[in-house]
Amino acid sequence: MEQGHNGSSPIVVVRDVHKSFGDVHALAGVSLEIERGTVLGLLGPNGAGKTTLVRVLTTLLDPDEGSAAVAGFDVRRERTRVRPLIGLAGQSAAVDDTLTGRENLEMVANLYHMGRAAAASRAGELLARFDLVDAAERQARTYSGGMRRRLDLAASLVADPEVLFLDEPTTGLDPQARLELWAVIRELVATGTTVLLTTQYLEEADQLADEIVVIDHGRIIAQGTAAELKARSGGEHLTVRVSDLAALAQVRDVLEAEGDGPPTVDEATGTVSVAVSNGPTRLAGVVRRLDEAEVAIADIGLRQPTLDEVFLSLTGHRAESEPVDAPAGAV
Amino acid sequence: MVVSMDAIRVEARHAPGDILQLWKRNMLAYRRQPELMVFSTIQPVMFVLLFAFVFGGAIPTGPVEYIDFLLPGILAQSVLFGSTQTGVGLAVDVTSGMIDRYRTLPMARSAVVAGRILADTTRNVFVVGLMLGVGFLIGFRYHGTVAGAIAMPFVAVLFGQTFCWISAAIGTSVRRAETAQVASFVWLFPLVFVSSVFVPVETMPDWLEVVAENSPVTHTVNAMRGLALGTDFWEPLVWALAWMAGIMAVFVPLAVWRYRSIQ
Repeated sequence: MEQGHNGSSPIVVVRDVHKSFGDVHALAGVSLEIERGTVLGLLGPNGAGKTTLVRVLTTLLDPDEGSAAVAGFDVRRERTRVRPLIGLAGQSAAVDDTLTGRENLEMVANLYHMGRAAAASRAGELLARFDLVDAAERQARTYSGGMRRRLDLAASLVADPEVLFLDEPTTGLDPQARLELWAVIRELVATGTTVLLTTQYLEEADQLADEIVVIDHGRIIAQGTAAELKARSGGEHLTVRVSDLAALAQVRDVLEAEGDGPPTVDEATGTVSVAVSNGPTRLAGVVRRLDEAEVAIADIGLRQPTLDEVFLSLTGHRAESEPVDAPAGAV
Repeated sequence: MVVSMDAIRVEARHAPGDILQLWKRNMLAYRRQPELMVFSTIQPVMFVLLFAFVFGGAIPTGPVEYIDFLLPGILAQSVLFGSTQTGVGLAVDVTSGMIDRYRTLPMARSAVVAGRILADTTRNVFVVGLMLGVGFLIGFRYHGTVAGAIAMPFVAVLFGQTFCWISAAIGTSVRRAETAQVASFVWLFPLVFVSSVFVPVETMPDWLEVVAENSPVTHTVNAMRGLALGTDFWEPLVWALAWMAGIMAVFVPLAVWRYRSIQ
């Protein structure tokens, strides 16, 4: 996972950080490290403490206990050193609705004290990179949700930050806009930017992150690559779907014989699923037996457990609560 | 919050430029929000015309023409109402997340509030100029010295600037635009009306007259009238400046503290 840059020391170090708001322990002792040039996905449901951690790391919030450092600078005592090195986008950052896309970026560049000419050319570069050239002279209030997020992301990249914090970057976006934003984030990562990404979408962490930290009620409950986390939930599953529900009992018997445990039957979708080891061989066996029994297979396959299933097995509750409405603006 | 030497160095070095950036941003926003333009132009003009023509005949102001009496008062009233926009604007920036953006930038901390107040003060300069122009059209005349004529609108703008700091403290405390608006007008309305803005305070009941006579609004408006009409202005002016200094002494630190405590 350490893909380059010289430093072997982590660029973000969090040590036993606590933060409470009244009785709510938003962070109850979080420690983690991010290696230079990697993407850490911070995964958890609403209210798990993800945003609180991002706010601590971006100097917006002082921790009650513990310490955190970015590029070796303490986020509390040396925040003026930290700020030039970081970018923040997502639900805690914003764009100014009444300014045009270009004006937004130029203002941010000016507030990084880049100088007028440099600010203008940087704004132009970013507008091109994030496909906002056509909308550059329009006020941000006319932008779609996806365009706003892209502008927000562009604003967070103005000073070419060493560490980029993306706080639920796709929350509230439609699937198309989400895919577009993922592509943009992948490009960023390819250029070597270190990223901390928070998300409540399991697929998003799986798609973008090198390493995933699962957080729940302010505590880290699991950590590892997507593959490692999936392995924790019992390896591969073999799933068979049939169109004729009358055949479900037969399929169940076959999977019980071939699988490593009791199969689960979902009558609503007509699927039967079982954990298997040595999947490909088992798959062939299942196909042969069902063929002999003259059961028509609508679909059959081996799959990794979804991160949702991993989350369920780790926490006892599902990761995605009700969908979160993105309030007006990139709040 | 830890205040480091580094932070102080950032302030000293970047505050003027950053305040200018925020001023520019807020001025652009004003120009592009029609409702704010109405608030800043049509409403003050309407107030001048309504009060001059509707109440003008009914309010006895002695030997002084009512429009000459009214205009300094209504200038003060407009800059006071205008000052509420400081808090509203800051509250909007908190809810929209812009404040978070600013706070992660290596910019001067003071620039967000100071840039906002500078923009609101600029708008007040414009409003005062506009109202003076309309006043002249419907019969307002200066009767004092040239220095007094120049000083009068300047006192109004300074007064408005002072109240912007109260508004900033409110906006950074309540952090919601609607709440900031209500939390300002609920005390601003009585403050403006229980004063010499629209009527001579002698016409009020005794107990109210005592309140009105000691109001910062009355002192300021009386000073402005003195300057415009060529009558005595020193005493109310000293009182007015003392009030402004006192308000600033309390509300500048309060606004800064409230701004810093946004998390």
